[in-house]
Order: sequence, then C-alpha cells, then structure tokens
Amino acid sequence: MYAINWDVWLPLCILASSLLPGLLIFFLPEERVVMRTLLNLGGASLKLVLVGILIWGVFNGHHYEFRFSLLPGLDLVLRADALSLLFVALSAVLWLITTVYAIGYLEGSPHRSRFFGFFSLCVTATVGVALAGNLMTFLLFFEMLTLVTYPLIVHRGTQEARRAGRIYLAYTVAGGTSLLVGTVWLYGLAGSLEFTSQGFVADLVTGHRVELVIIFVLLIAGVGVKAALLPLHGWLPQAMVAAAPVSALLHAVAVVKAGAFGIVRVVYDVYGIDFAVSLGVALPLAILAAVTILYGSVRALFQDDLKRRLAFSTVSQVSYIVLGTAIVGPVAAVGGLVHLVHQGVMKITLFFCAGNLAETLGVHKISEMDGVGRRMPWTMAAFTIGAFGMIGAPPMAGFISKWYLGLGALEAGQGWVVPVLVGSSLLNAAYFLPVLYRAWFKVPAASWPAERSFGRVETSLALLLPPLITAFLSLLLGLLASAPFSPLQWVRFIITLEYVP
Amino acid sequence: MLAQSFSWQVTVIILPLVAALLCFMLPKWGRWLGLVMAFAITGSVIVLAYQVMNQGALRYAVGGWGAPLGIDLYVDGLSLLMLMVVALVGLVVSVYSMAYFKAGKAVHFWPLWMLLWTAMNALFLSADIFNLYVTLELLGLAAVALVALAGGVDALGAAMRYLLVSLLGSLCYLLGVALLYHSFGTVDIALLAERVESTPAVWAAMALMTVGLLFKTALFPLHFWLPPAHASAPAPVSALLSALVVKASFYILLRLWLEVFSQDSTAAAQLLGVLGAAAVLWGGVQALRQTRLKMLIAYSTVSQIGYLFLVFPLASLMAWQAGLYLLLSHALAKAAMFLAAGNILCFGGHDRIADLDRVAQRLPLSLTAFALAGVSSMGLPFSGGFIGKWMLLDAALQSGQWWWVAVIIVGGLLAAAYIFNVIGHSFTRAEISHEAKPVPAIMEWSALVLALAAVLMGLFASWPLAVMDIGAPFGGGGS
Repeated sequence: MYAINWDVWLPLCILASSLLPGLLIFFLPEERVVMRTLLNLGGASLKLVLVGILIWGVFNGHHYEFRFSLLPGLDLVLRADALSLLFVALSAVLWLITTVYAIGYLEGSPHRSRFFGFFSLCVTATVGVALAGNLMTFLLFFEMLTLVTYPLIVHRGTQEARRAGRIYLAYTVAGGTSLLVGTVWLYGLAGSLEFTSQGFVADLVTGHRVELVIIFVLLIAGVGVKAALLPLHGWLPQAMVAAAPVSALLHAVAVVKAGAFGIVRVVYDVYGIDFAVSLGVALPLAILAAVTILYGSVRALFQDDLKRRLAFSTVSQVSYIVLGTAIVGPVAAVGGLVHLVHQGVMKITLFFCAGNLAETLGVHKISEMDGVGRRMPWTMAAFTIGAFGMIGAPPMAGFISKWYLGLGALEAGQGWVVPVLVGSSLLNAAYFLPVLYRAWFKVPAASWPAERSFGRVETSLALLLPPLITAFLSLLLGLLASAPFSPLQWVRFIITLEYVP
Repeated sequence: MLAQSFSWQVTVIILPLVAALLCFMLPKWGRWLGLVMAFAITGSVIVLAYQVMNQGALRYAVGGWGAPLGIDLYVDGLSLLMLMVVALVGLVVSVYSMAYFKAGKAVHFWPLWMLLWTAMNALFLSADIFNLYVTLELLGLAAVALVALAGGVDALGAAMRYLLVSLLGSLCYLLGVALLYHSFGTVDIALLAERVESTPAVWAAMALMTVGLLFKTALFPLHFWLPPAHASAPAPVSALLSALVVKASFYILLRLWLEVFSQDSTAAAQLLGVLGAAAVLWGGVQALRQTRLKMLIAYSTVSQIGYLFLVFPLASLMAWQAGLYLLLSHALAKAAMFLAAGNILCFGGHDRIADLDRVAQRLPLSLTAFALAGVSSMGLPFSGGFIGKWMLLDAALQSGQWWWVAVIIVGGLLAAAYIFNVIGHSFTRAEISHEAKPVPAIMEWSALVLALAAVLMGLFASWPLAVMDIGAPFGGGGS
C-alpha cells in the first residue's frame, strides 16, 4: 500500500482544480446554468482552499514538487517556492472574484460554455506559470496562456474582435518565439533550466558573455510582450474589445501578470541580480521600464474611452514591477514585487467598475460619465478607491509600492528614479482626477446611453460585490501592510532569499 | 532468428493484402470487412511492437532464403514507429470513412485503401532497395487511384499529374537501384552499406535516387503536384496522402542516407537543407495566401515537409530524432486537420476560409481538432510539434548552424499566421449564412482523436524516443 504523497501531488491538484472543471464545462449544454455555475465556483473555491493548504504546508517546512520527464534531461516541474506562492495566491483569490463577476456579467449572453471553459483554462495556464520550477515548464504554460486567451478575446465574434485577436497573437506568438529561442539557447549553454534563487547561469556557464546578453534580451523580449514593455505594448489597448471580465483577467490576474512575473523570474532565478548587473543588462532594463511608465501615463491622458485609458494605465503600472526588479537593491525590489499584488487588486477593481458602467448604463466613454456617481454611488466609490490607489495616495496599497520603490532607488544610488515616480504619480492624478470630478460633481445628462434597471440596487449584486470586495482589499493591503502574513511581509521574505549575501 | 515458421512481420503485410482482395471480391461487405481488417492489422502491429520492444530489431528471411537471394524483412525502431503511426492514422481514417463514403464510392475506396496500407507496411519492412522500389510503385499507383476517386475535372487532372510525377520519380529511383546493383552485386541495404565506396556510379545513383524520392516527397521545388492532388481528393484520402504517403518516400531517403550514402556528402546535405528551408518558407507563404481551407492545409504540408529536410545538414543523433519526431507528429496532426476540413466541407458545403461562418460554435469538436492539430503544426506546447521543434532548435544551435534556427522560427510564425487566420474566421459570422448539413458524430470524434494524439505526443515524448533507439537506426552501429 502506498500512501498518496501530497508533497508531490498537491501542485498538480491545484492545476487540475481549474483544468478539469474547464474541460467539463466545454461539454455542458448552454442552458445548464446551475451546473456550470457550480463547476465554476466549485473549482475556484477548491483552488483557493488547496492554495491555502499549500501556503500552510510551506510554512510548516513541506517541500512541494511535482516532476515529470518531458525529454531526456528536461522535466516538467511544478514547485512551490516563495515567489510562486505569491503569484499563485494572487491569481487564486482574484480568479474566484472574477468568476463571480463574469457569471453576473455574461448572464443571458450566448456561448457561455465556451467562454467559461477557456476562462478556466486561462487560469490553469496562469497557475502553471506561477508554479513552474524551471524555464522549460514556464515556457510551456506561458505559451498555453497565449493560446487559451485568444478565444476569450475573439469571443464576441465580430470583425473587430477578430482583428484585435490577430494583433494580440502577432505580438504574443512572436514574443513566445523569442522566449523559445532564448530558452533553447540557454539550455545548450547551461545544460539545466532549473530556477534557483540568485540564478543558475552564473554557476553553470563560464565565458560566453555576449551570448548571455543576447539570450537575456531574447528572454526579456519574450516575456516583455505580455508585460507590455514599451515597444511591445501595442496589443494591450487593442484587446480592450473583449468583455470586461476578460479585461480584468488580462490586466490583473493572468496575461500581463504572467509577463511581469516572467521578468522577475528571469532576472532573479535565471540570471541572478548580481550576475545581471555584471553583464550590464540591469540598468538598461530599468531605464526601459522608466520610459514605459511615463509613456503609458502620457498616452492614458489622451484616451476618452474609459477602458483604453485603463489599458494605458496598465502599461504604465506594470512597469513598476519591472523597475523594482531591475534597480539593484532589496528595498526597491520589495516595492516592485509587492506591486505585483497591489496593482492586480487595484486594477481589477477599476475594470470591474468600468464593466458595471458599460453593462448597467451603456457608458463607455469618459465624456459620458457626468454625474454617474449619483446613479451608481457604490460602484464609483470602489472606482475612487482604486484610482487613488493607482495615484499612490496614502494609505492605499499603491502608496506602499511607490514608497518602497523610491526609498530603494535612493538607497541603491539611483536617484533618477525618484523624478520618474513623482512624474508618473502626477500624470496618474492628471488622468484619474478629472474622471472622478466628472463622476461626482457634474450634473448628469438627461438619460444614459443604454440603461438597465435592477430594482432598488444600482446594478446586479454579482456585478456590484466583486469591485467592492477588491476595493476593500486594496485599502486593507495598504493599511495592514505591516501586519504579519501581508503580501508586503511575504515579499520581504522572498527578497531576503534573493539578496542573501 | 532467421527461420521462424510464423512471423508478425509477414502478417502485417499479408493482412491488408487479403483485406484488399476480399473487399474487391465482396463489394457489398467492403465497408465492414475493411473496418474489421483495420482493427486486425492494428492489432498485429501492436503484437509486432511488443515483440520488437522485447527482443530488439528483427530480421526475417521470407521463405527461409537469405539476404542476397531472397527477401528480407527488417524491423527496427524507425520502421516500427512508421508502422505504428500508419496503423493509428489508418485505423482512425477507416472509422471515419465508414461514415464518409456512401455506397458508390465505398466500393472503390476500400480495396484501394487496403492496397495502399499493404504497400506502406511492406515498404517500412523492406530491407533491400529493389523491394523498396516495388512497394513504392505499388504505393504510388494506389494513391493515384484514390485521388481520382473524387471524380470531376479537378480531381482527374490532379490525379493524372500525380501519376506522371509518381512514375517519373520511381523511374529515377529504379535507375539508381540498377546502378548500385551493377556496381556492388547486391540490393540488400545492410550489404550495400558494407560494400559501398565513393565512386562516380555511386554518386550518380545517389543523385538519381534522391531526386526520384524528392519528387515523391514533394520537396520544394518539386512540390507543384501536391497541393492540387491533396486538396481535390476526398477528405479521408487527403488525410492518408498528406499524413502518410509522402512520408513513405521520405523514409526511404532517410534509410539510404543513414546507411548507404552516409559518407562525406556534406555539400549534398547542405543542398537538401537549403531546399527544405525554401519549402518551409514558400509553403508557409503560399498557405497564407490561400482562400480555400483544403488548399491551405495542402500547402501547410509542403511547408512541414521542409522541416524534415533541415535534419540532413545537421546530421546529429538529436537532429535525426527531431526529424522523426516531427514526422510522426505531423502525420497525426495533418490527418486530423484534413479530417476536420472534411467535416467543415460536409457541414457547410464549401471550404472558403472567409465564409467559415461561426463553425467554432456550430461545429466545435471539428474546429477543436483543427485548432489542436494546428498548435502542433506551429510547434507550440503542448504538442508533439513542440517537442520536435525544441529538439531541432537544440540540434541546430549545438551544431553552430544558427541560420537554420531562423528558418525554423519564421516557419513557425507563418504557420501560426495561417492557422489562426482560419480559426479567427471561424468565430465570425459570414455575410450569407449557408444551410448546414449535420455531420455524423463519429467523423467529428475521429478528427479529434488524432488531434489529441498529436497533443499527447507533446507530453509523453520519452516513450517514442526510447523506441527510436531500438536497433540504433541513427546511431552508426546499425543492427
């Protein structure tokens, strides 16, 4: 008799908790709403529980690792290390909330079985990215993420959606190819792809500095597409044609985050920050991130479409993570990495609210938002919290990130970062405050573009509760940042591993 | 092992041959006979596989006559994998054809298809170059007849062109066989490998045989016959031709290069690589320009065949394995694609890509099959195509020939472009909606099963790679 070894199977179960419901949902007839909802929420809740067990286990000294031989010498590895726990927990929590929202949002719309099937696969791929224990596994799930997101973007089946999907693929498939070449090349040089804190490249490769720089560029370009780094960001605003839950998923939970997470992995666990510095690639990456931050903010200023403004805001905000990673210093690294969580929670709030406006009132443009705060006070309250968080006003979560980034930059002797942060905050204020002003203080127009009534509440509860929860979370993350078990404390722990002398 | 009374090698050749005769003589029972025999052949291939995996490579002298005089049947890892992929694709296509062919066409399809199967099994088991010629010719004739089965001007024209090319190819090959036989007094591959030396006659033979086989494999620029032939044939036939038949001539080429022409032919190997690269790019660009689904898939075959030739200039163990892996996954994926295209054609009555009209929703299983097979063709995970591409990239980088990397990359991007063009249009609504005919579930599932097999090859690569080592076909040592 063999007892099941949970240290091996738990990572796989976490993957399966969204994969299997997803596959089952594909085969459900359209009208089996209850069954589908049950599968969706059951899978999402189960995943949350399993992730909870995983975190508890890691605290108690368990070592979770699942290994499966793909090719001689190359394994598919799912492993729970400190960094992967951060991302896996983020995506599990936000997935559950997004699922509730999506069920409410898509009520009565066609092809829901297909939608939720791919929705689940999308999260499966994200969890795979998070748990990947080597670059090969990371690549596999990263590419899978590209493929399963595509049907969500073209879901509506309009010509416009098809074009957006094509642009999305052109960027991401090209990026994936770059990642593939970099990975194979690195494998040829190093003979291993296992993630190790402080990097494996420095130990396994001697010489080949030029090749290693090229490989670094290939890898960063590959993951940078999804993280929407500057010349590679073009797909993100286009993908806005997709439904609001998809945007939330793209921006906060899955795609963009997988890209940013990938950059962290490449810099920390493949190259190692010290070796990256000695190759001279860290500073250019930091500068690129800084440019992206400013560029995204400036472009956001000029968008009238609410979702497009939020999309450019994402371009800008995600690069905080990259910036924190590329500035050499533990404090800045904490700021960048914790922004992975903070940005996710705040941005998902904003997208939920934008979706509520579109779904309830037919409001898509900022110019149509006059006085919307009176019609939908709860939604706009959540939006306001999210927006202030993005600006980085204390005591919101965004403030914590920026504070650590700024401090860290000064500590690392990179003073030029501070003006970038200040400038970006001002720009953030410049593109969010007018929206808030319109919503709260202007007189509403005589009628809304396409209003639906939900009785006494401002919109359906399934749409209203998720943004309220995430808004509350983003307040909490800021207020309780120093409490034990907060993401900030966890990130500090991760960074001590990376910056151990 | 020479004098066995009963051999599974002979069985896997005899069974389809008997089936062909029975199907021909009892046309009423043709469909059921064919299906039953397809299961029987697959079963005997499984038994043979079991035998080979336990005992290693097997050589069997038919009738007890040894190599120089009689006919030897030889099976190692390479042949076995070919037999197995033919059995898998063949079985699924047989099931599909049960529903696809109605009474009239079925009478002709089943005997021809069983004959085709006979030819392929015999080809992969042949140990001498003359026997290979015989099987190759048989294969070509059966394939041409199957293309003509569709009827109509297009199909007949394509079949005629295919026939001429096929005969020309076999003729070139036969000339080479004659030259080698004249020089060394044997047609047995193993004996030839021992005796062969670098003489003008060998060079001429190599050139003739290679060109003949390239015609049949449809390597750029000798591919012109393939797209019309593969696109105009009935769906199951297209699947068989694209997935299996072109691979048979490639298999012969591979064997010859590994065993007989293995010495100092780097210039020729580079040339094959260049042609392969041109095929990858040209096939990809042409596929992108097509407006009809089946033509697109046919050009995709032209492109995918190119990859197989990139292994010749690399010529390392890893490269050969990568090539074979790509071949196997392409066989599964391409068969799945053609079957799915057959379903779409059957469903909407046309295969214009721009008017696919929401098949993603209306024919989800078939489109899933197409998409999964497409993922394998692009070389994205999880699929056999990804594993093959990974190994090929690794081999190219390790040999320092980075320019092949560029070809592999661009080919993959082109494949993604033309596959997703189809998938994108299958989500949108066409201007004029067509009356749709229901597609039998068995046809949808057949396509999906093959596509899933291509996906599984991306997860369980260790096993086929272990089988490849049996008898060390790529490992210098030989049997």
